[in-house]
Amino acid sequence: MSEFENIKLYKNLFLDPNTDKMRLRAEFLARKIGLETLRGQFPILDTSVRGKPLVYLDNAATTQKPQMVIDAINRYYSRENANVHRGIHYLSEKITDKYEEVRSKVGRFIGAKVDCEIVFTKGATEGINLVAYSYALPRLKPGDEILITYMEHHSNLVPWQVVANKTGAKLRVLPITDDGLLDLSNLQEYLTEKTRIFAFTYVSNVLGTINPVKELIKKAHEVGAVVVIDGAQAIAHFPVNVQEIDCDFFVASGHKMYGPTGIGILYGRAPLLSEMEPYQTGGSMILNVKFEETTYAHIPHKFEAGTPNIEGVIGLGSAIDFLNSVGMQNICMYEESLINYAYAKLSEVPGIRILGPHTPRAGAISFTMDCAHPHDISQILDEEGIATRAGHHCAQPVMERFGLPATARASIAVYNTPDEIDLLVKALHRVREIFG
Amino acid sequence: MSTRALYEKILLDHAKNPRNFKVPEKFDVKLEGFNPLCGDQFTFYIVFEGDVVKSIYFTGNGCAISKASASILTTLLEGKCKDEAMNIIQSFMNLMRTPSNEKVDEEKFGKLAVLAGVREYPIRIKCATLPWHTVEKILQGEVSSQVTTE
Repeated sequence: MSEFENIKLYKNLFLDPNTDKMRLRAEFLARKIGLETLRGQFPILDTSVRGKPLVYLDNAATTQKPQMVIDAINRYYSRENANVHRGIHYLSEKITDKYEEVRSKVGRFIGAKVDCEIVFTKGATEGINLVAYSYALPRLKPGDEILITYMEHHSNLVPWQVVANKTGAKLRVLPITDDGLLDLSNLQEYLTEKTRIFAFTYVSNVLGTINPVKELIKKAHEVGAVVVIDGAQAIAHFPVNVQEIDCDFFVASGHKMYGPTGIGILYGRAPLLSEMEPYQTGGSMILNVKFEETTYAHIPHKFEAGTPNIEGVIGLGSAIDFLNSVGMQNICMYEESLINYAYAKLSEVPGIRILGPHTPRAGAISFTMDCAHPHDISQILDEEGIATRAGHHCAQPVMERFGLPATARASIAVYNTPDEIDLLVKALHRVREIFG
Repeated sequence: MSTRALYEKILLDHAKNPRNFKVPEKFDVKLEGFNPLCGDQFTFYIVFEGDVVKSIYFTGNGCAISKASASILTTLLEGKCKDEAMNIIQSFMNLMRTPSNEKVDEEKFGKLAVLAGVREYPIRIKCATLPWHTVEKILQGEVSSQVTTE
């Protein structure tokens, strides 16, 4: 036997038991969190698409909703509907209480010091825009710098481009390594006394990379920068604590954490939110209105002009109840075992290229195949009932960085199973059959 | 028609072995077509002889459907005068607008009929039409800028 064959044999011996072990670990943790019962809470997971059972692996785009979230919204419209913060009547008082209870719930969920640090928005995008317009725009000047990274979603890039263009501040971009990690080797050149804002993602929606937020926030604060964390791809995957990481602003979207669309969370340190101008004006956000002058409400209501998305807030509250019922620590451990298994199994598919690091990783695995374009991959997967995304994932600079027009992306949630990963891998072999 | 069947036909052959897939040494006009949503990007090069598309080539990257569509386009338009070429392009655009449950008149559409299966996947229609939009612009004399699907 040649040396080469020896190595190959060794590798095979090594790899196979390894993925088996990974699978066993994922199965063990699945039993621990009661995965079967948990899946039963998601009515859509029972459906078939194109004649096959649905395998939903597009969770980084949006997660499915548990029955309790659907019921909460249904109950709100069937039994509880009224406007908040207005009516002197029973229903209005009740729903106002519920609405504010969700604010507290969100505050506890992400570790805010006080409830008034939580502002309800349309989603993570609106949260970033709010900070860009109300905090950055009036404060930045030529000579100031805004630092973002190469792995930002367009939502954490374009608003800062606008601020830079309007204020004369400079937009700088922290590079990433070939492994898909933030390149911190020259951090001191990017993060300087000039940096007023450092906005970056907790977890990349393309690469799945978990960034060292705590360490970076500490360094940013040393040079006096204000830090905005895009938590959209983090909040449903592991415990998040804004006081522990010590960020100044944090945003997330309800629909990526088992809640409804159109609702999001902005956390901001109370002193920062207090000194900011309102983002939008109108009803609800005022204390006193005269033609000569208007006195704005205190935070957080100052940032919630008009009738808010009440059903969204109620649904979000229920989504947090769901997450708490499973336990964020449990979710984190199970998903880590599942994504490790997925990474290992996908790595075995010939001709595949996985973007981003092996660890630390959460949620998404983006990949390309030498035989087929990402769109064709996703379409063959769709034919097998497997929902994935193909394209640039609203992160064109990442695509450019890796010299790719697009990638296919499978992204997991707590309800996905090792069997579903096997189905994905099997379908990728089919892609090879067709296009190889 | 399953995806398998859709890909299987002539389409897959054109995608794997695209015809006229190179930058010619000489050409009269070139134009890039780009789909910003998926990153599909093709450049077409045409050599005219008077009013006739003497030869037509393309290069670029895209999914199987877009590449096959571009390849088929070059085989259909070569040697046609501008009016004939525009008619073929119009036939193709009409085909793409025909509901997918309507049977395709294979005699009328000829080679174009192999692309008819794309209609079952509405989000892929743009993949198929990008090359045609690009060449249409060339024939209309609009070659100053990039053509995009958006």
